[in-house]
Amino acid sequence: MEQGSAQPAAHHHAPPQGFIRNYVFSLDHKVIGLQYYGLALVAVVTGMVLSWFMRIHLAWGAAAIPLLDKLSPNGAPGGVITPEYYLSLMTMHGTIMVFFVLTNAPFAGFGNYFLPIQIGAEDMAFPRFNMMSFWTTLVAFLVLIAAFFVADGPPLSGWTAYAPLSAVGKDSGPGEGLGQSLWGISIALFCIGQLLGSLNFIATTLDLRTKGMTLARMPLSTWAWFITACIGLLAFAVLFPACILLILDRIAGTSFFVPAGLVVSDKLQPHSGGSPLLWQHLFWFFGHPEVYIAILPAMGIISHILPTFTRKPLLGGMRVLTACMIAIGFLSYMVWGHHMFLSGMNPFSALLFSVPTLFITIPATIATLVWLSSIYGANIRFTTPALFCLGFISVFISGGISGFFLAQPSIDTYLHATYFVVAHFHFVMGVAAIFAIFAGTYFWGPKMWGRMMNETLGKWHFWLTFIGVYGIFMPMHYLGLAGNVRRYSAFTDDFLVPLIPVHKFITYSALITGAAQLIFLYNLIWSRFKGPKAADNPWEATSLEWDTTSPPPFDNFGGRHLTVYHGPYEYNVEGSQGDYVMQTSSEAAVEKS
Amino acid sequence: MGSTTYKRPVPAVRKIEPSQTGIWVAICAIAMTFAALTSALVVRQGASLDWQAFVLPRILYLNTAILLASSFTLEISRKRLDAAGVVAGDAAKSFYDATRYWLYVTLALGLIFLLGQILAWRILAGQGLFLATNPSSSFFYVLTALHGLHVVGGIAGLLYASVRVSRAAAAAKSRALSAAAVYWHFMDILWVYLLFIIAVRM
Repeated sequence: MEQGSAQPAAHHHAPPQGFIRNYVFSLDHKVIGLQYYGLALVAVVTGMVLSWFMRIHLAWGAAAIPLLDKLSPNGAPGGVITPEYYLSLMTMHGTIMVFFVLTNAPFAGFGNYFLPIQIGAEDMAFPRFNMMSFWTTLVAFLVLIAAFFVADGPPLSGWTAYAPLSAVGKDSGPGEGLGQSLWGISIALFCIGQLLGSLNFIATTLDLRTKGMTLARMPLSTWAWFITACIGLLAFAVLFPACILLILDRIAGTSFFVPAGLVVSDKLQPHSGGSPLLWQHLFWFFGHPEVYIAILPAMGIISHILPTFTRKPLLGGMRVLTACMIAIGFLSYMVWGHHMFLSGMNPFSALLFSVPTLFITIPATIATLVWLSSIYGANIRFTTPALFCLGFISVFISGGISGFFLAQPSIDTYLHATYFVVAHFHFVMGVAAIFAIFAGTYFWGPKMWGRMMNETLGKWHFWLTFIGVYGIFMPMHYLGLAGNVRRYSAFTDDFLVPLIPVHKFITYSALITGAAQLIFLYNLIWSRFKGPKAADNPWEATSLEWDTTSPPPFDNFGGRHLTVYHGPYEYNVEGSQGDYVMQTSSEAAVEKS
Repeated sequence: MGSTTYKRPVPAVRKIEPSQTGIWVAICAIAMTFAALTSALVVRQGASLDWQAFVLPRILYLNTAILLASSFTLEISRKRLDAAGVVAGDAAKSFYDATRYWLYVTLALGLIFLLGQILAWRILAGQGLFLATNPSSSFFYVLTALHGLHVVGGIAGLLYASVRVSRAAAAAKSRALSAAAVYWHFMDILWVYLLFIIAVRM
């Protein structure tokens, strides 16, 4: 193998001039990463407000929510949410959160910012594609939000947009006209943005690593971003044609998903021969890898941050966790049918999906055990990022355990489409992945903005949120077991009425937890401008992002071409000076391999 | 265990050209898109009895030949560029001119292919087969349209590469041309595959 000289330069452009080039149409991966993060922040607040509307309606069905009747006179006359509008709110909540928050922030946001830095590169491999991918994503978001303001309102078919409800057009309900078409266009655009982003991540990771940065020495967060990009490339490439076919069914009269003889709202639909199950297959073939796209960067971020605060490397070194993440990525393509156990498929095929689903719990469990055993015997530094790491492990276990039950078709027959499922995916996606975003913000914030965030506010934020999310989502398991069906806007059935107090408790928890996020927002904004200045390496961490200034200069390392001598988690290595060895330190400490 | 005093050896990191990685990654994604459409086609055909086969317009085979020819001319162009890289000074200029000439021929053939595809659509429309007429025609239009759009992208890539041939360093030129060429050949292979699927299934 040739001795590589300094890494191939991604680009040779001078520092950008002017406000537009610097902050708007920027080619700099750091700015683009922050743009994605900002978009995710706007999206998460929007999604959270939507969830409050839903929760208030579930607890007090006749409640009049002020201003909602201005937004949608049809959907919420007098501020009281109609059942159809409840479904619309649910659809937009899910779409915004899964796509524009969970696929954006941990992957496109932090990944864009830190992947090049962690491998010692000056920028991504294709900066122009990078800029295009952000702006495509932003346009996708605006197209989606536009659905709130069109005459008939947003679609009501769920983030899963099952055909034929989503495919026949406005006969199937309010919002199913222009609103659903806007949804389809938005998601198709989002696919393109993600494909361009994944392209960049893969090419950058494979080609732009600096001298000495072998794949085995990349931090786990970089590994996670790389694996996620590989999964995302193939997954979004399947969702894109699915959305095209859906849009064609709606506006061009084709019959990919709509069967013959369908009568909706007393109108015979002019389609024939399509297969609604085809949509489910196409969607979930994307949809299951998608949820791993949401959680893998989170796992990588937590695996990266944890050693810094336990001051020990992870048990098993890099290999075990990397193998786990690769296994999860690979297996994620084999399990999509577990969302379709009740779709009428052949029960034998349910077995074919159930087995790999149970298999996939193995690498996830190994990863969890690695984290737990890495904490054992550690002298933990209980900073806010550390707390969110520990919180992540807790909620990941809580959410993961319910997955064991849902993976089995026999049990899923009862639990499918109940609040048990809602509890499961909210714990793993809506809490665990969000905790990883918080951990990343508190950990990398000082690097990105050059200012430390307030520790006291951070700890208040953590504890209120941690207790709050358990208050919101733990009772949902009970609701599901009691038979509470999801996506219902009212509980008029006899067996559901006794559950309303549980819903009220959940709503109170949700509102309080939501209010606690104001602490985070205040901290974020305040420390951005008034926080104490951050040193280059305030956490005494080892990876390459800590070997440059806070914030990094335009080309990440001020013209230096770094050489990497060590792996990324050399904490408390015997024979080293101090309790950590930076990756770029030429000190020859003993490396346990 | 004590500390050692040697300087740690730095393992080599293999240098790979980003544009090559990028184009192959893009090819994977595009292949996956058409794989999804293939499985959608297979499922839809089996889902109900309304699938009606139709006779493929013969011009499609001519278009295929044109696209294959364009791959050949593209390779001629690349060989000329490689020759230009090893020949000195003034003699190189004629090779650069030849590179650009054969690139323009490729582009022209690509455009003729697209025109031929549009003609095929007109022939089908003349027979009363439109996008929504029948699932078989729906898939025909979707597959050929998506492929055609990707060919347009390939033409843009070839144009970009031809502009780069006119400028300075040979290494930079051949990077753009190599990437564009790999993509173009993939468009070729993809079309042959699509034609096969269409011919067999419709």
